[in-house]
Amino acid sequence: MEPARVAAVGVAQTIYEPFKRMTTAEMVYEAVKGALTDAGIDISEVNYIVTASVDLWDGLTASNIAVTEVVGAVMRPEVRVASDGLFAAAHAFMLVASGHHDIVLLVAHAKGSLANHFAVSNWTFDPIYQQTLGMDFLAAAGIQANAYCELHGLNRSHLAGVVVKNRLNGSRNPVVSGVSSISREDVLGSPVQAYPLSVCDCSPATDGACAVVLASKSIAGRFKRPVWIKGIGYCQDVHYLGDRTLTESEALIRAAQNAYKMAGVTKPQCEFSLAEITEPFSYQELMWMEGLGLSEKGEAWKMVESGLTMLEGKFPVNPSGGLIGGSPFIIGGLARMAEAVLQIRGEAHARQVPGASKALVHGTAGPCGQSHAVMILDIAD
Amino acid sequence: MAVIGTGQTKHESRRDDVSMQEMLREASQACLIDAGISVGQVEALVIGNMELFEGRALPEMWCAEGAGFSLKPSLKIATGGTSGTSAVIAGYYQVASGVFDVVMVVGFEKHSEGNTGTGMAFTDPMWDRHVASAAVGNFALSISQYMAHRGTTQQQAAMAAVKARRNACNNPYAHLQMPDLSVEDVLNSRMLAYPIHLLDMCPTTDGACAIILASEKVARKVCPKPAWIRAAATLHDQPYIGDHAERLVTMRTLKEASRRAYQAAGITDPLKQLDVAEIYDPVSYAELAWYEILGFCKPGEAGRLIEDGVTAMDGELPVNPSGGVLSTNPVGASGVIRVAEAALQIHGKGNKRQVPDVKTALATGYGVYSWADVVILSSSPQ
Repeated sequence: MEPARVAAVGVAQTIYEPFKRMTTAEMVYEAVKGALTDAGIDISEVNYIVTASVDLWDGLTASNIAVTEVVGAVMRPEVRVASDGLFAAAHAFMLVASGHHDIVLLVAHAKGSLANHFAVSNWTFDPIYQQTLGMDFLAAAGIQANAYCELHGLNRSHLAGVVVKNRLNGSRNPVVSGVSSISREDVLGSPVQAYPLSVCDCSPATDGACAVVLASKSIAGRFKRPVWIKGIGYCQDVHYLGDRTLTESEALIRAAQNAYKMAGVTKPQCEFSLAEITEPFSYQELMWMEGLGLSEKGEAWKMVESGLTMLEGKFPVNPSGGLIGGSPFIIGGLARMAEAVLQIRGEAHARQVPGASKALVHGTAGPCGQSHAVMILDIAD
Repeated sequence: MAVIGTGQTKHESRRDDVSMQEMLREASQACLIDAGISVGQVEALVIGNMELFEGRALPEMWCAEGAGFSLKPSLKIATGGTSGTSAVIAGYYQVASGVFDVVMVVGFEKHSEGNTGTGMAFTDPMWDRHVASAAVGNFALSISQYMAHRGTTQQQAAMAAVKARRNACNNPYAHLQMPDLSVEDVLNSRMLAYPIHLLDMCPTTDGACAIILASEKVARKVCPKPAWIRAAATLHDQPYIGDHAERLVTMRTLKEASRRAYQAAGITDPLKQLDVAEIYDPVSYAELAWYEILGFCKPGEAGRLIEDGVTAMDGELPVNPSGGVLSTNPVGASGVIRVAEAALQIHGKGNKRQVPDVKTALATGYGVYSWADVVILSSSPQ
């Protein structure tokens, strides 16, 4: 294992909220300005920009045209990774690691509340057999949640703990607005949308932008608190739900293996101070914990029930609140990365995990977690 | 690193015989055969595609398997017309980082399954969308200005349109193959938006193109004549057409990107040192404007360059032996095709469209509002 070559040296997030009263450019400008200020650099020092947004969700062709000016891409190189922000982060890591670009600005944005999320997601499915059946991310999640619960003898009540935890954490996260804590009873009493998932088991559609500045090791000395990227991995599974074993994610296992190998992680259950996991649905936090090797198959719910993964627990998962706690889809894993950076720097204030030094970060894209990205951040290089 | 193999589909206005997945398979399989390696040896995939044109959300989720990729790292790049070249350059950095040694880049578009005009109208909702001028209208404005500044004529532009569709006849994959096309035909074709005639403009095409990028270590082992990447440069520009006085005339992004690429590759006299160029030419006039921007000639001399046959197949610097974007335009693939065509010239696999003795090749990408990519390939690594 080599020492890390790339560090996160600046982060910023806008407030995440539904129906945000800002244009896309205004939101992204706020995040970019914040990240540059946090890093202590000027836009002119940025060598490359990586943006993340998805046209169909933005309702905009080449959706990075909305942000070209505010990300500093006028007369500068920019590339758009059209997926969850952590995939863009993996690509930005490679840009810096190549040695060609010392400072890379990474920005993700989404206006989830302006899209009919599930209707748009219908267009992700194979158009010949599945789209016309009305498959969407919600129906697919219902199928997967059902299969997962059936296999492990679980039911709605085993998922509720994730919702309670993440809503509580989100309500206490200063960058999230409009999310309130909820009781277990209220989660279990909420109407079912796609059995066994209730309204509360699905993350809300929110808006915002998140920016991160990456720097190469050669110049990292000039930044106050670099947080090192020790490993990355990403992996995409096959498309048809029936071609996969839905109750676990082979793609996540492989993505994690690649990241762990790069970072020299051998015991994921013991080596991290916290994990930030992208969970569009409650049950997915449990499944992704298992795929990441944080728990045995079918057992992740016990870590939630015992309080282990609560903010005050011994291994906090999603101190930020995750997606269920209000951070937007598509920004996804990039907001997870931003939170992990803040935690490792000791800048998480009321939600600070004491002594946080090494974080596991995760992002996902596609139906039923078809594709996953994993990143490991560490205070030490 | 180098391009060790290329593959493309037969590009047509409608490929009703294949789904998008199958289209990727056709290109990917041809590419693997050309490279002489198996899909198992390819570690990651980069896809270039403009999903809005087909109305598919996250098309890479459905299509990556078509290219032979499952349970592997896969990313989608989308930057308008430059998607293909952006994807190639993204793959370049992935190999350069050392994270992967072998990466396949596939660009594709199946315009027949969507409505491109509608897709292109989804621009800024407050100012641009109601104008809905899309590519033709925007080009018409820029070109009128370019003609006024530089004196380029409709006849000269038509010569570029003729060269493209005649060159395409040597390319078995090309969409528009017109062996008898004349300047008169172009000038007599329907006016789309002054001064752009129908035959001055690129088509929309169904097609896919794949290349494989390999690190030096792998390239030397598996490829007899790698096409080494000597330079890659990208620059974007702001999108509001009214805010940019002279987009085509000055094309500051392409000018600076090519300056950087030439510098990195040690090119001081492009006309002499380049053996072939695959320029992303969405409209005939743009090809001429870009002869000037790329330094093949002085400003105002592009018309003379094409009249003198300098950029013809038997000229000093053949431009677009493949037929260019003017002949074949699956948007997500068009940029990959430029790099693939430049690479296969170096590989010596151009068959009827082979330019003799190619050592250095240029490939460019154009998209959205003046976004520019420049890639220089060579038969020698430095």
